[in-house]
Amino acid sequence: MGPLSILYLIKTALHQIAVHPVTDTKIQWSVFVIVFIPIAIGLCIFGWYAWKDEYKRQI
Amino acid sequence: MSTSPKGIWKVIGASSVGTLIEWYDFYIFGSLATVIATQFFPQTNPTAALLSTLATFAAGFIVRPFGALVFGRLGDLVGRKYTFLLTLIIMGGSTFAIGLVPSYETIGFAAPVIVLLLRLLQGLALGGEYGGAATYVAEHAPPNRRGYYTSWIQTTATLGLFVSLGVILLVRHGLDSDVNVSIQKFNDWGWRIPFLVSIVLVGVSIYIRLKMNESPLFTKIKAEGKISVNPLKESFGHKTNLKMVLLALFGATMGQGVVWYTGQFYAQSFIETVCKIDFEQSRTMLIWAILFATPFFVVFGSWSDRVGRKWIMLAGMFLAIVFYRPIYQQFLDLSDTTIYQAQTPASISEPVVHTDEINERTIITTSIVKTFDNGFVYTQKTRDTVFAGVSKPVMEAVPVYTEKKLPSPVYWKFVFLIFVQVIFVTMVYGPIAAFLVEMFPTRIRYTSMSLPYHIGNGVFGGLTPFIALLLTTINTGNKLVGLMYPIIISFVCLVIGAVYISNKADPDVSD
Repeated sequence: MGPLSILYLIKTALHQIAVHPVTDTKIQWSVFVIVFIPIAIGLCIFGWYAWKDEYKRQI
Repeated sequence: MSTSPKGIWKVIGASSVGTLIEWYDFYIFGSLATVIATQFFPQTNPTAALLSTLATFAAGFIVRPFGALVFGRLGDLVGRKYTFLLTLIIMGGSTFAIGLVPSYETIGFAAPVIVLLLRLLQGLALGGEYGGAATYVAEHAPPNRRGYYTSWIQTTATLGLFVSLGVILLVRHGLDSDVNVSIQKFNDWGWRIPFLVSIVLVGVSIYIRLKMNESPLFTKIKAEGKISVNPLKESFGHKTNLKMVLLALFGATMGQGVVWYTGQFYAQSFIETVCKIDFEQSRTMLIWAILFATPFFVVFGSWSDRVGRKWIMLAGMFLAIVFYRPIYQQFLDLSDTTIYQAQTPASISEPVVHTDEINERTIITTSIVKTFDNGFVYTQKTRDTVFAGVSKPVMEAVPVYTEKKLPSPVYWKFVFLIFVQVIFVTMVYGPIAAFLVEMFPTRIRYTSMSLPYHIGNGVFGGLTPFIALLLTTINTGNKLVGLMYPIIISFVCLVIGAVYISNKADPDVSD
C-alpha cells in the first residue's frame, strides 16, 4: 500500500498541476507530496515490520 | 506513584485550562480566516494570496509535527512543566501579536509576512503543547483511572473550538445595538478582540501552571540519572520504539484525526458551503452539538479504564465509516429548496440589485429573500452578465439559493446529526491520550507520543477539509465524494488497529 500511495500521489499531483497550472494548485500539491511521501515511507516500514511478524509480541 | 485525589484535580485543572486556551488561540485564526484574508491577504495581490495559502497549509500541517519534535525533545530533556509553560507563552504571545498587526492597507507587504510568521509560531507551540499536557496528567494519575483523568485533557480541543466560536459570535453581535452595524464594525476592527482577549487567558493560565510541580515520574528518572540524552534518536532511531510510533500513527491517530476533523470542521464547512446554511446557524448548530457531546469524552475515557482503549476507539471509526454518508445525505435532503420553489412564500423581500463592472461585462446580481410559512428562509440570487454591444441576454441566469435559515425542527435535526458525529469523535479521542502514554517509556514519552499524534491530527486530520474539497472539484457531480477521504483513512486505520493493537492497558507507565 505504501509504494502504491506514493505512485498515486505523484501521478495525481502532476495531473492536477497540468490541468490547473496556477500557483495555488502548485503549492497545494507540492505540500501534499512533500508531507505525504515521508508518511508513505513510514507506512512501507510499518508494512515491512508487520510482514516480519515484529508486532506479534508487542503491546 | 500517583497523586492524591485532591492533587490530581489541580493537575488536571492547570493542564486543561492552558491546553484549552492554546486550542482557542489556534482556532480563532481558522474561524476568522475570511476576515483575516481581507485584512492581510488581499486576493488582488498575488504574493499576498500566496502567503495566505502558505499560512493555511504550513501552520496547520507542516509545523505541528515539527513542534512535536522540538518541544517533545525539550520535554524529555528538561521536563514537562517548563516545556508546556513555554509553548503556552509562545502561543499566547503570537495570538496577541496577530491582534496588533496593522492591516495590509497600512503597512503593505510586511503585514501578511508578519501574520504568516506568527501563525507558524502558533502551529509550533500547538505541536508541543498537547503531548506535554497529556503526559503530565497521565504521569500523575493512578493506573486504573488513567483513561478517566486524561479524558479531561481530551475535552479541551473541542471546548477550545466551542469557546472560539462563542467569543466570535458574542463580539460580532456586541459591538453595536444594530446587528448590521455591529457586523460591519467586527469586520473592520472588532475581529482583533478575540485575539487580544487571549493574553488575559494566557496570563491566568501561566500563573496557575507556574504553581504546579514537575511530573513525579519525570522527577524520579531525573533523580536516578535515567533521562534520555537524545530523545529523538531514541524515539525514532531505535527499532523497538519506532515500531510503536508507526503503530500509534497507522493504527490509531490517523483514523482518530480524520474522524475528529470530519465531525467538527468538515461538518461545519459542508453545512455552510454545500448546503448553503446561513453563517450564524451553521455555527450555533456546532456549538449546541459540541455542548451536548463533550461530556462523552469523559464517559468513554473512563469506560476505557474498564474495557480497554482499543475497541472503543475502533468502534468510533467503524461507526463513522458506516454513518458518514447517510448523515451527510440527510444534510443535503433537509436543506433542499426544491419543494419550496413550487410553493408560494409567506413573504418576499424587495429585490436588492448589485452591479459589478468587469472588463467589458456588467454583472448584475439580484437578491430576493423568501420566507415560508414553516419559517424556512432563503435568499434567491440571480446573476446576469451583460456584454457591451449585445442587446439581449446570452443565456438565462440560473438562480442560486443561499443564506438558508432553517425552521426550528429542521435546525435541531441538524444539531442532532452533528452531535452524532461528535459522539464518534468522543469515542476515538476520549481514550487516546491514555493509550499513547501507555505505549511509550517515560524517558522519551513526550517526544514519542507527540509526533504520531500531530501527524495523525495535523496532517491526516487537518487536511480533511482541503482534500474533501479537492475531491469535489475533481468529481463535481457527487456532493458526498469528499467523504471518501475520511472513510478510506478510517477504514485502513481500523484494519491495522484491529489486527495489531492490543486491548490490554499497560498498568505501569513508570518504565
